[in-house]
This record gives sequence, structure tokens and C-alpha cells, in this order.
Amino acid sequence: MTDFPHTPPKQSWTFSNDVNAEIRRAAATGIYDIRGGGSKRRLPHFDDLLFLGASISRYPLEGYREKCATDIWLGTRFAKKPIHLDIPITIAGMSFGALSGPAKEALGRGASEAGTSTTTGDGGMTEEERGHSKTLVYQYLPSRYGMNPDDLRRADAIEVVVGQGAKPGGGGMLLGQKISDRVAMMRNLPKGIDQRSACRHPDWTGPDDLEIKILEIREITEWEKPIYVKVGGARPYYDTALAVKAGADVVVLDGMQGGTAATQDVFIENVGMPILACIPQAVKALQDLGMHRKVQLIVSGGIRTGADVAKAMALGADAVAIGTAALVALGDNDPALEAEYQKLGTTAGAYDDWHEGKDPAGITTQDPDLFKRFDPILGGRRLKNYLKVMTLEAQTIARACGKNHLHNLEPEDLCALTIESAAMAGVPLAGTSWIPGRNGGF
Amino acid sequence: MQTFDLAAQGLRALNQTLHGLNGTTNQTAWEIVNPKGSHAIAVGLDAPIDVTVKGSTGYYCAGMNKQATVRVKGSVGPGVAENMMSGTVIVDGDASQYAGATGRGGLLVIKGNAASRCGISMKGIDIVVHGNIGHMSCFMAQSGNLVVLGDAGDALGDSLYEARLFVRGSVKSLGADCIEKEMRPEHLELLADLLKRGEADHLAKPEEFKRYGSARKLYNFNVDNASAY
Ligand SMILES: Cc1cc2nc3c(=O)[nH]c(=O)nc-3n(C[C@H](O)[C@H](O)[C@H](O)COP(=O)(O)O)c2cc1C
Repeated sequence: MTDFPHTPPKQSWTFSNDVNAEIRRAAATGIYDIRGGGSKRRLPHFDDLLFLGASISRYPLEGYREKCATDIWLGTRFAKKPIHLDIPITIAGMSFGALSGPAKEALGRGASEAGTSTTTGDGGMTEEERGHSKTLVYQYLPSRYGMNPDDLRRADAIEVVVGQGAKPGGGGMLLGQKISDRVAMMRNLPKGIDQRSACRHPDWTGPDDLEIKILEIREITEWEKPIYVKVGGARPYYDTALAVKAGADVVVLDGMQGGTAATQDVFIENVGMPILACIPQAVKALQDLGMHRKVQLIVSGGIRTGADVAKAMALGADAVAIGTAALVALGDNDPALEAEYQKLGTTAGAYDDWHEGKDPAGITTQDPDLFKRFDPILGGRRLKNYLKVMTLEAQTIARACGKNHLHNLEPEDLCALTIESAAMAGVPLAGTSWIPGRNGGF
Repeated sequence: MQTFDLAAQGLRALNQTLHGLNGTTNQTAWEIVNPKGSHAIAVGLDAPIDVTVKGSTGYYCAGMNKQATVRVKGSVGPGVAENMMSGTVIVDGDASQYAGATGRGGLLVIKGNAASRCGISMKGIDIVVHGNIGHMSCFMAQSGNLVVLGDAGDALGDSLYEARLFVRGSVKSLGADCIEKEMRPEHLELLADLLKRGEADHLAKPEEFKRYGSARKLYNFNVDNASAY
């Protein structure tokens, strides 16, 4: 019998090993996958943009010698006490409950040393964070866990959270494993039960109500505090316009790469738009209303480097916020803990079961034995270093583009590597003058 | 008695004046005239003062109240006494949606009816409604007590946590995980006190009420309950 050559085994692209593994997991457990972090798929991102740098028609500024300022004002529209930050990189809202007390302290320490703000999150304001944060933004969330007028008044700004990039249209989840006595008390709920945070605010719906809600908060806080409105990257043109109409001082826009403490994987990966696609639409809305730079725009979702900061600002953002990157700077997913990640059935870099409360780095846990491992002073120092590096990187690029302030970066400084990113960011495809959807180009 | 003309002096001046008062003030009685349905009247108060609003209000009247007693001689718009911490808010007329939303303490009394989502997400407040309440009331209510002398609309207490609900009249339907529970002596005692404080002890007796609470079946996710979500 002749042995004919066989077609080699071929895996399906549609039914890949990953997909099949998830089907088997679903079949075995009957529950969808819940995890932390942001979208893991490859998305059009800042990596797809490049700066052009100076040339004969543009002259650069001398690195280390000529000034390139980085400070920003937030809340200049209505607040009697707007916020002044040394750098345009803020720490995004991450809930106490999701994060440990010492992790919150480290965020406060690092941010304050670097001259920027931190943000509370679902679950209320902790002393660790208020005490160690020079500038603290207090989130006003649908759950209203821990909400009270005293904390509103001791905040430096208030962020009304409408949505998050990881889950626009979704609420929050803190599973029973992480509900310690302290978390339960702050949230007025029994210990050990799964806590759902509502996806809609309990006492307002729609932009007209939001305007009145903002009025109420301003009245309670004597019109002193900047009021931010945070939205997930869903309909950024309209959401930005409506937030401005409702009276926001600052719009916070979070793209789909944005991290979350715990959400269904199907939600994280399939709802919302990448931040690259969101920024130009939000900036257009602000420009159409004559409000660009008057209402500040903070963007987030997958910001990692000074280059990302510079690109976001060149597209028209006033500042950025970081969540995941800040946790990595603190020590999350560090390969030094590989043996422990292996015990949890995962590997450094891929660990995302934050909701289970077993984080070997002691950051996303409420287990005292684990969070005691985390040193908030060291963590704070690491975060400060990282923020400084990002700032230096952004300045390096800005100087190369001839800008004496990060704010002066502009779309004209950019080109795109792919047609998708050119269309989304509204900058020309590299080597052409073509902006898909906008002009003919050459 | 201090009189404040809201139409003439404006909202900012009103709240600023009331926020300026503390426990040592001797200006403890205030009357607000010409409210004309304005929003955010007497919000964020934090002093043991007595404020009477002569007329109807818009959204969030007495929001985040602490210590103060606020009486409205009229009806109130959405979110009256939202996130109240302590003190008392008494509404002579009706209340729109979300009355007492997320309230953490104190007492809210509504002498007329309350619309939908009364007591939504409440976290410790006591609410006494002399009339009826609308649908989805006490949705995700965490703790505190709701007393309704009249009827309740659809989906009462949906996804309820530990709040206690007492209804004298009919309940159109119960929401997910909300069930009728046994009325024990301690509940009758609690109810008698709430009726008294809610200026309703001459209108109803504790024995006439039924008690509703959480079946606690949705406290931890279980796939067999998926159709309830
Ligand atoms: C652990 C964790 C907890 C979070 N908790 C909240 C929260 O309570 N409220 C909120 O608005 N966003 C929350 N977020 C989202 C962040 O505020 C921010 O939008 C996001 O992390 C930004 O994207 P990045 O992680 O890619 O930097 C959380 C994110 C993480 C990683």
C-alpha cells in the first residue's frame, strides 16, 4: 500500500484553541468569564501614529535647555477653585474594594510627589487616599457607596461617572471574596455577598437631569470644586456635547482599552470604541461649541508611555489618566512573582482575576496577609518615578516638534501608519496628505 | 423666624446663607417664600435648624441633608432628600420619582403619594409615605425602613438587600428576590415608632401592615437564578 502524503492538521481561525477553550469552560461552569483589566485584543492605538518632528519648515527646541512646560489647569469654566497640576498625567479612579488600602495610599503618595491628582472610585473615599493625596478627585457613581456631603466638601474636584471605557452601559461588580468588614461597612452591605453597582444613576436620567444634578452638587460645595463628567467611549461626539451642555467643567473620556476591576470578558472585548477613535470626535464637539480648552478633556484607555501622552495631547486632549499602567508601576503582574502566579494557574503579565482577591502583589486584594506584602512608600516612589519618566518622554517629543508646552502639540505634528488609524485619528496616512473620509489627498 | 424670598434673592444666596449656620446659631427657624418649583432648594444643610418651604419645589429639595428639619408646604420634584444623612424632611403634598434615593439616615415623610423608585438604593434612611408609591420602589435598597400606608406599584423591592418594607395596602407585584415575611413583635414595635415619627399614628395601626424583605437568593451569583436577573 502506498503511503500518500496527508494534508497536515489545520487549526481553524474561527474556532481557534482559545475560542474552543472558552466554549469548554462555559460548558463546564455555566457562567461567563469575569476578569479585570482592559481589552486584550489588538486595537488601532497610539502605536499606529508617529510624530513628524522638526524640519526645515519647523525648528526644534533644545533638549534639556529650552523650556517645555507641562502644567495644566482643570475646571476653569465654573469652579471657584480650579485645579493646577504640574503634569498632564492623572491617576484614574480605581475603587477601594478593588484595590487595597495600602495600594490607594501608594497612588496618593506617588501622584502627589509627581504633582498630579488621584481619583477615588466605587466604594467611597478612604483616609489612606485623602490623607496622602494633595489633589483628590471624588467620584460620584451610580452606586453612591459611601457617598456623603463631608467627603464631597473635602474633595478637590468631583467626577460624575456616567460610564467607563471597559464597559460603557455596564455597572460594577465586586464579588463576595473581596467584601471584608471594612468594605462592607463603607458600602452599607452585608459581608461576603456579591455587590453590584448599578449601571444608571438612581436619581437622574438623561442630559437635562444631569444639568440639575450638577447644579445640586455645585450648590452643596459652594461652586468651589471643578465638576468632571466621565463617559465611556461610546458616542464621544454627543456625550461630550451633552456633558458640556449639562455644565461640566471637565470631560473624562475612557476608551475600550481602559481597565476595570471586574467585568464580563464579553463586555470588555465587544463594547465601546478604542480611545484613538474617540479623541477626535470629542475634540470636534468641543470645537463646535467653542469650548475647546475652556472645558478640559482628559482621556484614558491604554496610556503607557510619554509618547502616548504626547499623541493624546496632539489630538487635542488637555490631559490623560492612567489606571492599569499605574498598577503595573506599583508592582502588579511583576515577573518576580512568577512562581505565585503559576500557583494561581496564570503567568506574570496575564494575571487578571483581580476579583478573586488573591493578588500575590497585594494590590488588588482585601486579604490582610496579602496586602501587608505591599509597601506603600516604595510603591509611591515607583509611581512617582514612572510619572516623571512619562513626562520627560512627552517633553522630548514636544521639543522635537518645536513646542514650548505640551499643550501646543497639534494634529499637524502627526502622521498615521495605517489607513484605519488615519481615518480614526483624522491625521494623514504617512507619506501622503490623505485623511480617509475627509479629503482626496495625494 | 427668618424669611427668605427665593425669587428675589436667588438660590445661591439661599444655600450659602443656610450653610453659614452652625449648631450655635440662634436663627433656627427659616421660611422660604416663592420657591416656584426651583431645584436644589436647601441642599447640603448641616445644622439643627428648621426650614419651611412655602410652596412646591423642583428636583433634589433638601438633598444630602444633615441635622436640619425641612418642611415643604407643597409638592416636591424628583429626588427629594436624596442621600440624606440625618435630620427630617416632611412633604405635605406629593413627591415625584426617586424620593429619598440612596438616603443614609434621617426620616423622610411624604403625606401625599410618591411616584416610581421611591427609596431606590436606600442605605439606612427611614421613609414614611401616607399615600401610595409607584413602580420599582426600593430597587436595590440596602438598609433602612420604608412604610407605605397606601398601595405599592409593580416590582416592589426588586433586587432588595437588607431594607425592610412595610405596606398596608396592596402590592401590585414583587420584584426579583423580594418576598413577604413574617411580622414579628420587634417589627410591630419598630413600625409603631415609625408611624409615630412619620405623623401617621392616627391614620394606621402596625397590625394592618405586611412586611416584605429580601429572600437573599441573589446575594451570590448562581447560574440557576440567571432568569431572575
Ligand atoms: C482596578 C481598577 C479599578 C477601577 N475602578 C474604577 C472605578 O471605581 N470607577 C471608575 O470610574 N473607573 C474605574 N476604573 C477605570 C479607570 O478609572 C480608568 O478608566 C481606566 O483604568 C483607564 O484605562 P487604563 O487602565 O488603560 O489606564 C478602574 C480600573 C481599574 C484597573
